Amino acid sequence: MSRELVIDPVTRIEGHGKVTLFFDDKNEVKDAQFAVTQFRGFEKFVEGRPFTEMPSIVERICGICPVSHSLAASKACDSILGVRIPSPAKKIRQLLNCGEFIQSHALSFFHLSSPDFLIGFDSDPSIRNIVGVVNKNPQLAKNGIRLRQIGGHIVEWLGKKRVHPAWVVPGGVNECLSEEHKDMMLKEIPEAKEIILNTLKLFKGMIEDFRKEIRTFGNFPSMFLGLVDAEGNWEITDGYLRFIDSKGNIVADMIEPSKYKEFIGESVEEFSYLKSPYYKKIGYPEGIYRVGPAARLNVCNGFSTPLADKEWAEFKELERGPVLSSFHNHYARLIEILAVIELEEKLLNDPDILDTHIRAYADVNEYEGVGCVEAPRGTLFHHYKVDKYGLIEWANMIVATGNNNLAINKSVLQVAQHYMTGTEITEAMINRVEGVIRAYDPCLSCSTHAIGMMPLKFTLIDSDGKIIKEITRG
Amino acid sequence: MKKVSQIQTLIIDGKEVGGKSDESILQVAKENDIFIPTLCYLEGLSDYGGCRMCIVEVKGMPRLVPACTTLIREGMEVTTNSEKIHNYRLSILALLFTERNHICSACVSNGHCELQTLALKLGLTHVEFPYIFPKMPVDATHDRFIADHNRCVLCGRCVRACHEVEGAHTKDIMGRGITSRVITDLKESWGSSKTCTSCGKCVHVCPTGALTEKGKSVAEMEKRRQFLPYLKLMRERR
Repeated sequence: MSRELVIDPVTRIEGHGKVTLFFDDKNEVKDAQFAVTQFRGFEKFVEGRPFTEMPSIVERICGICPVSHSLAASKACDSILGVRIPSPAKKIRQLLNCGEFIQSHALSFFHLSSPDFLIGFDSDPSIRNIVGVVNKNPQLAKNGIRLRQIGGHIVEWLGKKRVHPAWVVPGGVNECLSEEHKDMMLKEIPEAKEIILNTLKLFKGMIEDFRKEIRTFGNFPSMFLGLVDAEGNWEITDGYLRFIDSKGNIVADMIEPSKYKEFIGESVEEFSYLKSPYYKKIGYPEGIYRVGPAARLNVCNGFSTPLADKEWAEFKELERGPVLSSFHNHYARLIEILAVIELEEKLLNDPDILDTHIRAYADVNEYEGVGCVEAPRGTLFHHYKVDKYGLIEWANMIVATGNNNLAINKSVLQVAQHYMTGTEITEAMINRVEGVIRAYDPCLSCSTHAIGMMPLKFTLIDSDGKIIKEITRG
Repeated sequence: MKKVSQIQTLIIDGKEVGGKSDESILQVAKENDIFIPTLCYLEGLSDYGGCRMCIVEVKGMPRLVPACTTLIREGMEVTTNSEKIHNYRLSILALLFTERNHICSACVSNGHCELQTLALKLGLTHVEFPYIFPKMPVDATHDRFIADHNRCVLCGRCVRACHEVEGAHTKDIMGRGITSRVITDLKESWGSSKTCTSCGKCVHVCPTGALTEKGKSVAEMEKRRQFLPYLKLMRERR
């Protein structure tokens, strides 16, 4: 008799997801499905809108990474205008992305995932949350909140709003950085650096305790995708696509993001609203590639900033080839926070950053445009087609979590097979299934459930559709 | 023979005020810094009385009257705000929001919109009526301007500015009631209009993001309306 186990909703992630585990006759997990249960429909309802509104419309996809969507959208719109944006605009957009990376990575690590590290995967779920972290290690919780605030300040001081700023526009940005805000940002850098260096030290000291999780949390060979700059170094706002295989060989390099469709195919599964992109040359579903912090560290030749580069070299020592375990996304995330703080400092000390030439103006010159950036959770593509008046006719978006969809499914299966014994549903198993999803920091929609517990329902269903067991928590 | 206006005295919100007999309650209230919300009214254009936001109570009158089209009378007692008036205004505003697709967060006029400002000022926190979500077109055929009917409140300011100030009468309103729509010429695309002078007055008198300049991103469309009374005054002098 085959059975199904449903975990719905998955908690402490951004958005609403559901996990279904399928059991065979011997009570062993034979398959796993990770489904996103919300439909957003942005690709469809932007049709008919003027393209100049796109950066702000798509921002509303998410409350955590609105900046990524607005940057990808504005880059697609730059292509529609057919302009090369002024260099100061480019730099100031990069600065904005730094702010977003700091606040989003801090949210993922401190608010969502640190309860698992500090309180433990096997602990009582009622205390395994940010409030539990506050009780156990108040300084760490404070640091996390402060770091998020520092990232938020960058976004707010540039765009006047911490969430959903209407500041990035086709052709550049609509207001330059003031001297006062520049100084305020510079002032916060030493504290941010100190917090992240201490957290990195703490996390590196804990890694040994999670050997089992590292071995089972999405630890399998796959391809990786990320942006790199012209020298092959780590890049998050501009740059080129690079794919590497599971051995670390570069299989496609220096690809203009506008050519993404030659390399990435998109498949749809009936059980989920999330698309399953795959590497075209290998095909579906074998063409799994991963994106995100660990992927970016795997694909790049290094960092162009000293502290992050040193940490990167240490990170690469974890394995001979690419770091395969998705658990190490947490580690990579911390290194990236350090990298963006260094990048922020570099940008703020660039005389161009206060330049007032921050926007290029043009009419519709191209009917199609692709924009690509690294969102905190991975590579993000926006692709628009417009009519001659500039109204959107067609839009395609591949969000970071979509890129990771196949890998998340495979990772959930790996964790379930390892931790599920018979029909026993244990807290430890459930939280590890959630934990592996959390490692990818998926952004399933725009929900921000940073605190508290959502009701979580587990159902065991036999092959006739009869409910055998039901557990509800929350 | 030129009509001579007489001075009338009246009471607005308990305050004794005076005005000329050809002045509306709204004008006299404005002169005396008494706030009455408006939407279709715009200084420099003729009074239309369409939106009903400026409704006030006049002692002895059985119904609420629009302050913009009601002339003052000697001894009139006007109340500009009461629970009854406030509730009517809120209902009118709520109905305006339900009729079209007003999505402030993705609107080029976000932060500079009279409809949005009114909702904030009057404290419209939620809308009890069901939204209609009509499928409305966007006319982006003009070189410089965009007409987005999703955001139109049918105040008719654009029609009046085009007719009364520019003298082109390119814009008008077709249909009745809820199906009414601002049109260009005989319902043609704006870009193909032979009468439009591309002066942009309609865009700048529009209270919402319905008529905007092309190329503006969200929250970037700020309207400049100060030209209107000045333009009117200069023409009258000519």
